[in-house]
Amino acid sequence: MASKVIQALYNDDDVLMHAVKKVRAEHHHIEEVYTPFPVHGLDKAMGLADTRIAITSFLYGCLGLTVAIVMMNYIMIEDWPQDIGGKPSFSYLENMPAFVPIMFELTVFFAAHLMVITFYLRSRMWPFKKAENPDKRTTDDHFLMEIGLNDNENELADLLWETGAVEVKVTEKES
Amino acid sequence: MYTFSNKLRLGSFIAMGLGFIFLVIGFMSAPSTVEEAKAMVAVHDDGHGGGHAEAATEAHGDQGHGEQASHGGEHDASHDEHLLHQLQNRPWSALYVAAFFFFMISLGVLAFYAIQRAAQAGWSPLLFRVMEGITAYLVPGGIIVFVILLLSVLHMNHMFVWMDSEVVAHDELLQGKAGYLNPTFFLIRAAIFLGGWIFYRQYSRKLSLAQDESDDNTNFVKNFRWSAGFLVFYLVTESMMSWDWIMSVDPHWFSTLFGWYVFASMFVSGITVIAMVTVYLKSKGYLEDVNDSHVHDLAKFMFGISIFWTYLWFAQFMLIWYANIPEEVTYYVARFQDYKLPFFGMLALNFVFPLLVLMNSDYKRINWFVIMTGIVVLFGHYLDIFNMIMPATVGDQWFIGLPEIGGILFFGGLFVYWVFTALTKAPLQPKRNPFIEESRHFHY
Repeated sequence: MASKVIQALYNDDDVLMHAVKKVRAEHHHIEEVYTPFPVHGLDKAMGLADTRIAITSFLYGCLGLTVAIVMMNYIMIEDWPQDIGGKPSFSYLENMPAFVPIMFELTVFFAAHLMVITFYLRSRMWPFKKAENPDKRTTDDHFLMEIGLNDNENELADLLWETGAVEVKVTEKES
Repeated sequence: MYTFSNKLRLGSFIAMGLGFIFLVIGFMSAPSTVEEAKAMVAVHDDGHGGGHAEAATEAHGDQGHGEQASHGGEHDASHDEHLLHQLQNRPWSALYVAAFFFFMISLGVLAFYAIQRAAQAGWSPLLFRVMEGITAYLVPGGIIVFVILLLSVLHMNHMFVWMDSEVVAHDELLQGKAGYLNPTFFLIRAAIFLGGWIFYRQYSRKLSLAQDESDDNTNFVKNFRWSAGFLVFYLVTESMMSWDWIMSVDPHWFSTLFGWYVFASMFVSGITVIAMVTVYLKSKGYLEDVNDSHVHDLAKFMFGISIFWTYLWFAQFMLIWYANIPEEVTYYVARFQDYKLPFFGMLALNFVFPLLVLMNSDYKRINWFVIMTGIVVLFGHYLDIFNMIMPATVGDQWFIGLPEIGGILFFGGLFVYWVFTALTKAPLQPKRNPFIEESRHFHY
């Protein structure tokens, strides 16, 4: 089903921030805001929920640490406890200092890479993905706010002009 | 202006008084003859034996006799002499560890302060007066440490064996190091280090106060230049100080990253104390413009430098453990055998605890979380200094008893009294630092 949206373009991030606050105060639902660079505080103004990606990263780190410990315990202690240069391979704890560099690196490796992959999946980014860009200018120097329409076109357009938009247009959107 | 609350002042006096009494008891109960030392250890052993089954005690006693009989009389005498020195060292070491610990806190804060000035940090100028208050302890603390070192040179104790000319006469390694480790040069170096640090602290404080009253920024610029210069001086002298005052209690042992390791310990303790004093003053309503974000930044520093400390601790430990060269590894063998709990306990307090507690961004903003972690971190770093000094001076005769607690109480009380008195001397918010507006609106 195709639905109608109204798009307002701004050319200043300060003006955009005020517009977002005003539109939210009027209880209109902002579907999306497109900006060429991160606008500090925009997520708070839009009322977006905090990201949980740090928590996933912590869990991935724990997984990496576990993998490192289980792997080295099996290889170095259980499977073939060879005497290599007099290092005590009797138990994991006795030889642990030698394993710490790998434990550390695998923790960081898992935490970093799996978090990045999580980010790609959650934000739907991959090679050959079709760009979802309503207006080319938003990658350079314009900011675009998009609001869903339910038969209140004129009222919304007036509001958006009032907030300092440089351009307001109504388009069909595939959803 | 801050007014020193009567409760806190009374508390600091009580701590000083109690600590002083404990220290005096510690010094009085140290043995003065070999017989007394042997008797003390015997009583201690009996106390332990009471807890075990009687048969075990007897068996243990028999074993002891057998061992004694097998040794030559001469060896026995030198062992007793050694034991006497260890027991005599205990109150001295307790005094020294506590004196150095509180001194190093204010020195760590001074380094942090100089970095903030040299880096022209925008968030911290609101906290400069708090830092200046804490570094005020550098003067009495530094003098006390110097006096303890002077008394060691005058042979009032046996903490630094290389100061004993008789020991050096029979020890070629110490003779080889005598060019650096000799009492006169040692004291001259200590005087230069302390003189430089105290000079920078006093001069920077003067410029900081003058900046409030002036109508241009020349004092600020001067302070920036002196801070940058101080950091160069500090890095060299701090490293040498750690060889002189700490590493030389084990004069046969050496480690190249020791200076950094001691630095990390003092830096994290210093930052922790800044955070704790800030939270305290804010809770009393004195630092209105300090917000959650400042506390969050300090807690981030506590977290990061705790991990930096662990990194250095592990780098030093693992290199020595891995290569296992006998002349280096004795240092850790002594700690593994006789200091298991403080040695590994400090790792839990200084690494695992802050790692888990301060990782969450929200927790770093909760004041009581910061205070609680601060207490744990400070205790952990006291143990760190304890583990550096004690194994070399008292060996397996260590215990955290009256003299150790007395040292902490006495110097803790003095520290609190001196720092909070210094805080009353100037307004807690600098008036016209060029970055003060940025600092007031700091938000993370």
